[in-house]
Amino acid sequence: MNKITFIINGEKRSIYVEPNDVLLDVLRDKLGLKSPKCGCERGDCGACSVLLNGKSVRSCLVFAIEVDGCEIETVEGISQNGLSVVQEAFIEMNSFQCGFCAPGVVIATTELLRKNSTPTKEEIKEALAGNLCRCTGYTPILEAVEKISHHNKHNSDNTGGTNE
Amino acid sequence: MVVAHDFLYQKPSTLLDALKLRAQYGEKCSLLAGGTDLVVNIKERRISPDIVIDIKGIPEFSILEERDGSIFIGSAITFTELIESPLIKSRVPIIAESAHTVASVGVRNRATLVGNICSAVPSLDSAPALLVYKTDVVVESVDGKRIIPIDKWFVAPKKTALQNNEIVLGVLVEIPNSENGTAYMKLGRYSGEDLAQAGVGIMISKNLEYKIAFCAVGPVPRRALKVEAFLNGKEFSSITNELSEIIQSEISPITDIRASKEYRRHMVDVLVERGIKLALSRLQGE
Ligand code: FES
Ligand code: FES
Repeated sequence: MNKITFIINGEKRSIYVEPNDVLLDVLRDKLGLKSPKCGCERGDCGACSVLLNGKSVRSCLVFAIEVDGCEIETVEGISQNGLSVVQEAFIEMNSFQCGFCAPGVVIATTELLRKNSTPTKEEIKEALAGNLCRCTGYTPILEAVEKISHHNKHNSDNTGGTNE
Repeated sequence: MVVAHDFLYQKPSTLLDALKLRAQYGEKCSLLAGGTDLVVNIKERRISPDIVIDIKGIPEFSILEERDGSIFIGSAITFTELIESPLIKSRVPIIAESAHTVASVGVRNRATLVGNICSAVPSLDSAPALLVYKTDVVVESVDGKRIIPIDKWFVAPKKTALQNNEIVLGVLVEIPNSENGTAYMKLGRYSGEDLAQAGVGIMISKNLEYKIAFCAVGPVPRRALKVEAFLNGKEFSSITNELSEIIQSEISPITDIRASKEYRRHMVDVLVERGIKLALSRLQGE
């Protein structure tokens, strides 16, 4: 077994893993972080997305041993101090039905808005194109992100500031 | 899913250590950069390496810089890094444009251009972009360095010119010295995840020299030299029957789950026409 040390949701952890342990399984089964979901296990659906050093990645395509020294954030971390603006918007717009895709969509949206607080509809579609949803037809998901974008634009027009 | 296959994992911090491991294990070793292909291949038991060498700890592989009129893209450079690079955008923009069509953000944050050309699947989006420039693949083994021109790189589907004691350091893309317009046209079922059903890379220089390359419409991505020879020096308005015949003689698409060969043949003509028009408008717009 190999010892790896990394920061998960702001907390430094050291654990032992085998080289063939997949990050998704380690997060869910060793660390009890159940927000990343196992959809396809081959990089196609985005349900397993987490932020690795600030960038969304598919945790089903990462060996846990690779994240030694890295920083990982999951939805548990994003909502540590209460629901984020992104999560609130999804609730308000009733964006999900079964919710299985939701953690991945929250991760992808969070990454997008941290880079660009006022994305256009095209930019939103592009950012979420890798997250498959079997239930909603995507419209309420896209509408929620657009709403945040409008809100941020409005705010920055008025105050010169931005708001994630 | 538990990955059934056991392997050793090494993350060397110098190129020399990596090359020694590579020499020692040869074809029993897999090189890991982004892992977006490798992890699936190991999970689905298409390959079962004794050792996985993670190259992300070696500084040389993370270099993206201009070197004497060329741009060096190290083996660990991701598609996202290429899309966000001002150097790529200003000097070799079709590389950023094609990178943008690869899968989705979550894959591009991890997947590398060099990993893409090492997979050598017929549909790889990076190939037409690299083929329209003068591109060399730089590889090294314990015995020394070797330069392989990109048009000699793709040997057969999923097979490259890389020997099993070698590691790719990166690709060296020559910056064209004349003004030019480029376009990458990809036909997919939808954006976000899909592999190319057909891909066309185009570069047109001010003096009407054409560079055209295809992917997904033959066993390996390649330049369309006869099409280029026909077009060179000519103004373009639309596809003629004569040009279409030449294009069709240069491709050999197959029918698979993503498209029929007839559809691919038809669409290559369409993509070439659209691509040339787009590249010309970019050339004039600059
Ligand atoms: S479970 Fe990882 S992308 Fe589907
Ligand atoms: S809400 Fe069910 S998969 Fe998206």
